[in-house]
Amino acid sequence: MSIDTTTAARVAKLARIRVDEAALPALAQEFNTILGFIEQLNEVDVAGVEPMTSVTPMRLKRRADVVTDGDRQAEILSNAPDAREGFFAVPKVVE
Amino acid sequence: MTDLNRLSIAEARDALRRGEVTSLDLTEACLAAIEGAGALNAFVHHTPGLAREQARAADARIAAGDAPAMCGIPLGIKDLFCTRGVPSQAASRILQGFRPQYESTVTQNLFDAGAVMLGKLNMDEFAMGSSNETSCYGDVVNPWRRGNDATPLTPGGSSGGSASAVAADLCLAATGTDTGGSIRQPAAFAGITGIKPTYGRCSRWGIVAFASSLDQAGPMTKTVRDAAIMLGAMCGHDPKDSTSADLPVPDFEAMLSGDIRGKVIGIPKEYRMDGMPEEIEALWTQGAQMLRDAGAEIRDISLPHTKYALPAYYVIAPAEASSNLARYDGVRYGHRAKLAQGDGITEMYEKTRAEGFGAEVQRRVMIGTYVLSAGFYDAYYNRARRVRTLIKRDFEEVFAAGVDAILTPATPSAAFGLGEMAAADPVQMYLNDVFTVTVNLAGLPGIAVPAGLDGRGLPLGLQLIGRPWEEGDLLNTAYALEAAAGFVAKPAKWW
Repeated sequence: MSIDTTTAARVAKLARIRVDEAALPALAQEFNTILGFIEQLNEVDVAGVEPMTSVTPMRLKRRADVVTDGDRQAEILSNAPDAREGFFAVPKVVE
Repeated sequence: MTDLNRLSIAEARDALRRGEVTSLDLTEACLAAIEGAGALNAFVHHTPGLAREQARAADARIAAGDAPAMCGIPLGIKDLFCTRGVPSQAASRILQGFRPQYESTVTQNLFDAGAVMLGKLNMDEFAMGSSNETSCYGDVVNPWRRGNDATPLTPGGSSGGSASAVAADLCLAATGTDTGGSIRQPAAFAGITGIKPTYGRCSRWGIVAFASSLDQAGPMTKTVRDAAIMLGAMCGHDPKDSTSADLPVPDFEAMLSGDIRGKVIGIPKEYRMDGMPEEIEALWTQGAQMLRDAGAEIRDISLPHTKYALPAYYVIAPAEASSNLARYDGVRYGHRAKLAQGDGITEMYEKTRAEGFGAEVQRRVMIGTYVLSAGFYDAYYNRARRVRTLIKRDFEEVFAAGVDAILTPATPSAAFGLGEMAAADPVQMYLNDVFTVTVNLAGLPGIAVPAGLDGRGLPLGLQLIGRPWEEGDLLNTAYALEAAAGFVAKPAKWW
């Protein structure tokens, strides 16, 4: 599977990372090197093998369905690049 | 007492309890050492005020007779740990200015035990790297040099600041994290000890996430005894991390008898790599002989899927990273790009992430996005997870056959020069983790112990891999290896 610049541009778009047009060929080349390395996995017979979901065989613990936290608006907003009137502010998303 | 910063945790603890020294004395000695070590670029955020305040509180506790082992011990904390009110930015521009409003469980556990934080330590950006060259703070320099050659060397990565700081005696010990070898590889490059415990031993809560199914915190220390002491203080069940193990934490230090008679140590043939330096091969053989001399049985074993660990890792870790790092969107914390007239929210995301993430992080996020994308999920991600099952099964089979621990080299080389890998493709750098990454994929505990010097005077480490949840037994085997290897060399001070 070889990645061309169109695919590289599509992946960058999906990842929401702006990549200059001029940088796409080098990026595609890097992807191909890494994917070429990963292709080795095709040598392994994985028939009947379950994909790992948890490295330690444990059941996730459940907790009581109660409120344990809250009323921390100021702390939550304290690191926001742009916070106004108790909200995170972003560029307009609807016309 | 002079050179208090050079003490081990155990030595400092005993001196504190005897009243021969105060935590404030220890802390001042470390702060002075840090002050004089700017050339190493290990500490990137300094917290002397907090350190002195914590040291005074620790001295009061000790005077009152309440002195847990870590009480009053000055530590460096990897920048990946969120520390309340103190910059915590995972060495990334995208978290510029971020001050957590909460404390990670591991640092909280250490502070509850009375430990002192000297500052935050440099690392590879988001823990992605093996040479500490991807940091937004610049490279960390290893205190070790090739004899009289002044070429600056890497301390390894991603916990490179931690390794450099401990090796240069800027602190008594440091926290690290390990996703594919990020504690053990830098420990080996810097001639110190580092243990990655079993997945689930340390809470991940408040540690900036890289690959959640692989990430574990652990101590980086001057001795195996110190690793046992500090690990005990770091770990324990935490309801805030759903993968945290609800198991009792044994007294690891009390398990250090040094008696390994009758233990079975496996030597995996697949770890004998083509092109491995002869010195590493020789050190591995010597390590096996030392354990045999201490009464262990050495047994050749096979871990047939070893070769596939790195490629599986480079699917699974980027996949998880692409998901974890989706949170850096310029909305809730950290950097937001300046927007042009008419830019909408998509431009905000794309520009913010292009400016905020370095090249290696961008590469891994995009690889992860690709292997998870429609049409490739089964071919890459699910296949890698199946191979991971097989890698874990390899270990289960040798443990079931009676093997107590596995001995391997820690790294395929000694520390290399900063910039030496710049021209290589990314895969060449990934090969640094060839001996350590299997352990993360299988969720096992692994420890790197300094065991010798190469021909140019650089430290080399050996790795021991243990059974799940048996860190105590693993530390004891490491303790026996440490005693036999008798590694006492320190880097000559040039900084």
